[in-house]
Amino acid sequence: MTTNNNPEPTYVIETQDLEIYYGTFKAVTDVNMKVEQNKITAIIGPSGCGKSTLLRAFNRMNELYAGTSIKGKITFNGQDIYAKEVDPVEVRYRIGMVFQKPNPFPKSIYENIAWTARIHGYKGNMDELVENSLQQAALWDEVKDKLHQSGLSLSGGQQQRLCIARAISIKPEVILMDEPASALDPIATLKIEELMQELKKNYTIVIVTHNMQQAARASDYTAMMMLSGEGERSGTMIEFNETKTIFTRPADKRTEDYVTGRFG
Amino acid sequence: MAELTDKKTSTISLRRKPRWGESIIQGLLFLSGFLSIFITIGIVYELGKEALLFFQMPEVDLLSTITSTEWKPHVNKFGIWPLLTSTLLTSTIAMSIAIPLGMSVAIYLSEYASPKVRNTLKPVLEVLAGIPTIVYGYFALTFMTPLLRQIFGNDTVQIYNTASAGLVMGILILPLITSMTEDSLSAVPRSLREAAYGMGATKLEVAVQIVVPAALSGIAAAIIVGISRAIGETMIVAVAAGAGPNFTLNPFIGAETITGHIVRISGGDLSYDSIDYNSIFALGLFLFLVTLTLNIISQAIVRRFREVYE
Ligand SMILES: Nc1ncnc2c1ncn2[C@@H]1O[C@H](COP(=O)(O)OP(=O)(O)O)[C@@H](O)[C@H]1O
Ligand SMILES: [Mg+2]
Repeated sequence: MTTNNNPEPTYVIETQDLEIYYGTFKAVTDVNMKVEQNKITAIIGPSGCGKSTLLRAFNRMNELYAGTSIKGKITFNGQDIYAKEVDPVEVRYRIGMVFQKPNPFPKSIYENIAWTARIHGYKGNMDELVENSLQQAALWDEVKDKLHQSGLSLSGGQQQRLCIARAISIKPEVILMDEPASALDPIATLKIEELMQELKKNYTIVIVTHNMQQAARASDYTAMMMLSGEGERSGTMIEFNETKTIFTRPADKRTEDYVTGRFG
Repeated sequence: MAELTDKKTSTISLRRKPRWGESIIQGLLFLSGFLSIFITIGIVYELGKEALLFFQMPEVDLLSTITSTEWKPHVNKFGIWPLLTSTLLTSTIAMSIAIPLGMSVAIYLSEYASPKVRNTLKPVLEVLAGIPTIVYGYFALTFMTPLLRQIFGNDTVQIYNTASAGLVMGILILPLITSMTEDSLSAVPRSLREAAYGMGATKLEVAVQIVVPAALSGIAAAIIVGISRAIGETMIVAVAAGAGPNFTLNPFIGAETITGHIVRISGGDLSYDSIDYNSIFALGLFLFLVTLTLNIISQAIVRRFREVYE
């Protein structure tokens, strides 16, 4: 942390000795990390090491499926999001999500955003909100003449930006992205990356990726995950640092192997 | 051996090999598909032929059949309306039970119930669907009717009435609507639900505003199949709705439905080619046309309103 204007960074999400279980299977263990405000934090690591599991714990998405539980603590602005009195619906309202496969609602482009805003009681000018959200997601120019066509009529990259527009329409503080570009072509991928740079001015972003270049190009911090522990079954965070450091002077040999493509 | 490998690498044969097993299976499948179409055509032909005989009889004219409110074969009055209204009455009552209840149970099963509850409740519903309809008929007569009479009074509710038959028919159709609706709700991809939950939607919002619209085509199909089933349902109305055509919209008095009438007439001593005999084919053809129309409408609805999710 060399030249930081803000001497005391604000951490939006923090985890303490986090373990995540699917039934009795411990998928993720020993995660201690801090997600800094208005930064992009990337989570990298080989397939099946628990990246998605960890990301989905941040907005309590895992618990949609029976049998999942966590040990340890995840705080959002200092508040324990797994505390008894916390409503997961409220958590997901504040911590939005963009998924691996673009999943717009089978509604019009306009409705994709309007519906999302409406369920949270938005009463303002809907046209304006839709336009703003689409502008911010760099999609407006491409869809402004066909707002009432199905969101599914768009190309994959456009669909993903629609999903981003939908997520930011309700102004979350954090946007979680689970390999948002893995189903897209290189040009669409680049667009998403550029968009992330814009978005981080207003939002905090956590992105899962297994594209090393993407992590190196687009993120400020990188968390390296890897299977380890008893029989290498649980994923854990073996290194967490500024992206520069992870990619140039990694502390862990396994990180070095992984980021230089010598892994496996 | 060496020769064989040589052959394979040098000149690769792309010639078609006969696959007899596949051809036979394909033929059998084609035949069974053809057979079902053939049988349907046969039924329609038979219905149409006899119905035509009915309309060719001097006592019958098409206009009064579709306008008259009296069905009295013994005085040669063949107005469809009394039979039709009671069919519509029992079906409406049945659907007003089966649709809301079936939808609610389906939404509960697919969106709320734990796997354990779901795995207990679904077989129970399937058992309910497997009970012979004659049992439902006597259930209507010996349970539902006395219940209605207790609630609304013996003077209002006759022993035979369309309300009782309709209500029990609703229970009969409930499992059908539930299981078809549940199937189409479960077919909505998980990614769509996640999208909605990820935006901070509540369970109810996801179920009612995302999953149900996405499953609308299947739900519409379920409802139409339910209506067809209600219109065609026979044993319950034959036992509980009353014998004798009655032009009324009062659900508490007896009135014969189209199917009920067909059962009663065909149960009697009918001579071939009598006017009564031919009339039930005309009624049968009419039922067939109604169901066909419903199916066509449902397909149109499905095409028009479905939210395609992929
Ligand atoms: N819903 C689930 N139920 C049970 N096990 C799961 C579930 N989702 C993921 N897992 C398991 O958890 C581990 C981590 O998966 P995941 O978080 O998807 O990895 P990644 O995103 O890094 O590829 C894997 O072993 C996977 O099989
Ligand atoms: Mg993943």
